[in-house]
Amino acid sequence: MPGGRTRRSEFAITFFIKVAGYSSILLVTAIFIFLMKEGLPALGDVDLKTLFGSRWYPIEGYFGIWPLITGSLLVTVGAALVAIPLGVGTAVYISEVAPGWIKEILKPLIEILAGLPSVVLGFLGITVAVPQLRLLLNLPTGLTAFTGAVMLGLISIPTIVSIGEDALNTVPQSYRQAALALGATRWQTIWGVTVPAARSGILTAIMLGIGRALGETMAVMMVTGNAPVLPDKWNALFLPVRTMTATIASEMGEVATGSAHYHVLFFIGIVLFLLSLVVNIFASFVSSKQRKRAERVLS
Amino acid sequence: MKKHAIIPFVTKRLLIFLLIGLLLSGCRGDSGGASQTPAVSLQNKGSDTMVNLALAWAERYQAEHPEASISVTGGGSGTGLSALLNGTVDIANASRAIKAEELEQAGAAGFTPGEYVVARDAIAVIVNPENPIQELTLAQISAIYRCEINNWRQLGGDDRPIVRLSRETNSGTHVYFLEEVIRLGDKDNTDIFCAETLLMPSSEGIIAEVADNPNAIGYDGLGYVTADVKMLAIGTTPTGPYILPSVANVNAGSYPIARDLYMYTRTTTPTGLLQAYLDWIFSAEAQAIVAELGFVPVEAAP
Repeated sequence: MPGGRTRRSEFAITFFIKVAGYSSILLVTAIFIFLMKEGLPALGDVDLKTLFGSRWYPIEGYFGIWPLITGSLLVTVGAALVAIPLGVGTAVYISEVAPGWIKEILKPLIEILAGLPSVVLGFLGITVAVPQLRLLLNLPTGLTAFTGAVMLGLISIPTIVSIGEDALNTVPQSYRQAALALGATRWQTIWGVTVPAARSGILTAIMLGIGRALGETMAVMMVTGNAPVLPDKWNALFLPVRTMTATIASEMGEVATGSAHYHVLFFIGIVLFLLSLVVNIFASFVSSKQRKRAERVLS
Repeated sequence: MKKHAIIPFVTKRLLIFLLIGLLLSGCRGDSGGASQTPAVSLQNKGSDTMVNLALAWAERYQAEHPEASISVTGGGSGTGLSALLNGTVDIANASRAIKAEELEQAGAAGFTPGEYVVARDAIAVIVNPENPIQELTLAQISAIYRCEINNWRQLGGDDRPIVRLSRETNSGTHVYFLEEVIRLGDKDNTDIFCAETLLMPSSEGIIAEVADNPNAIGYDGLGYVTADVKMLAIGTTPTGPYILPSVANVNAGSYPIARDLYMYTRTTTPTGLLQAYLDWIFSAEAQAIVAELGFVPVEAAP
């Protein structure tokens, strides 16, 4: 009897875990199908030349999503340029350099930063960063792609730091000891041994950070100015842009269900989905390749 | 033991609340048709510009008169008026006057619509207080928003680039500004805002940026404008006159970017709840809601 009960509860638990596992696959598939169902009709409603045109003004039938794609890319790349050096640097500092008591202070602080709602950061951006950047860089307005990139950088840094730091912690202590024993300085150890050994984890951290930046909406909508301008000059980073996420967020509420505008907004959702898919595939491809190399070097 | 006793009690009460809520909402949904129970329920439909105002009015009125039931939907001025002509609503909201053909249809349906100007909508064009510009013509504002004028110097101001701010495209104010200012009220004109125009998600966003940035120009409903920004006097011709937006100028009809907001009924001699509701809309209390929502209150009842 007790054996039977154990088996039964075992079965129930396994079943529950299985259902939980499959449900996430099911959910992603359902979301994908829904996106396709609502977004692909856009190709029928709007001809391709308009859809990939350079002007976005949906209430008059201008459905050019090109400025929105470039806007999102510009802000995301800018955010990566801010977040990667700062994030990886902080992770290395916390894991390799900082004395114990600083570590104890920094780690929870970063966790708090990670939990900060993005709308709060957006509000800080609009009241502090926007006016200051306009004066500091002598711009026509502080509502620019750069402001958005800085805000997004701040949002993705905690992700990069906490995952990157975990990756560095998993590097066996013996690697560091071996490097130091061979006469390497602390910097040489970090740059030549510890960081390369944790490379795949750090890369995952960076990709998750970029993914977070690509999908972020609220803070971006508040500080980038939302002007659908196609970037054509070197200074585009310091001009207003409109991102895909901000467009969906600000227009979805009022759009008539089933209209061309509605389908195009979902089509933008598909483009976003594909972009983050590309980021993820790239990340897993690079990290698996790097792991093989790291294993070859270090074994 | 105590805990066990409390939980079912709480759940039971919650259930009863839920049931009552369901029953009530069910009742409200049932009392739909306009003609069935005219004494206690009103159907109100139309202009999207006015939908928040109409909702705020209906909510306040129902709170004070629990026996009345007023349901409000948007859809646009044309939708509201055609529903009025079909007899499916009691009141149509419209941000434009009724058209001649709609009047004819009403005549064919056997009634004369009652017309009430319940509020006014005025758009103020605003700049930073540091900006020396005091007045602009509609044509100049249109040229600014079409990126034909790109520096304040071209208008006699400082040598500064112009930063244009607008509400998002889904705002009624955006559409009104497009039609009356960018296109100067010309129906065949297809000009639009240039891509460089910043589309702000909120009125507060526009006011904050204009208050901070001497390069900026923006527009917003008169009621939303704060003392941190400067309102421009607007002229229809280069020789003037240039009129500042104010409640008095809007009600006098001299300020050019303003329009009347209407309610239409199926009768010119309303009775019962319809009469009581329309009377209340012209009360000081209801007109205070008009001001709260950024519109211009109308002067005393007609």
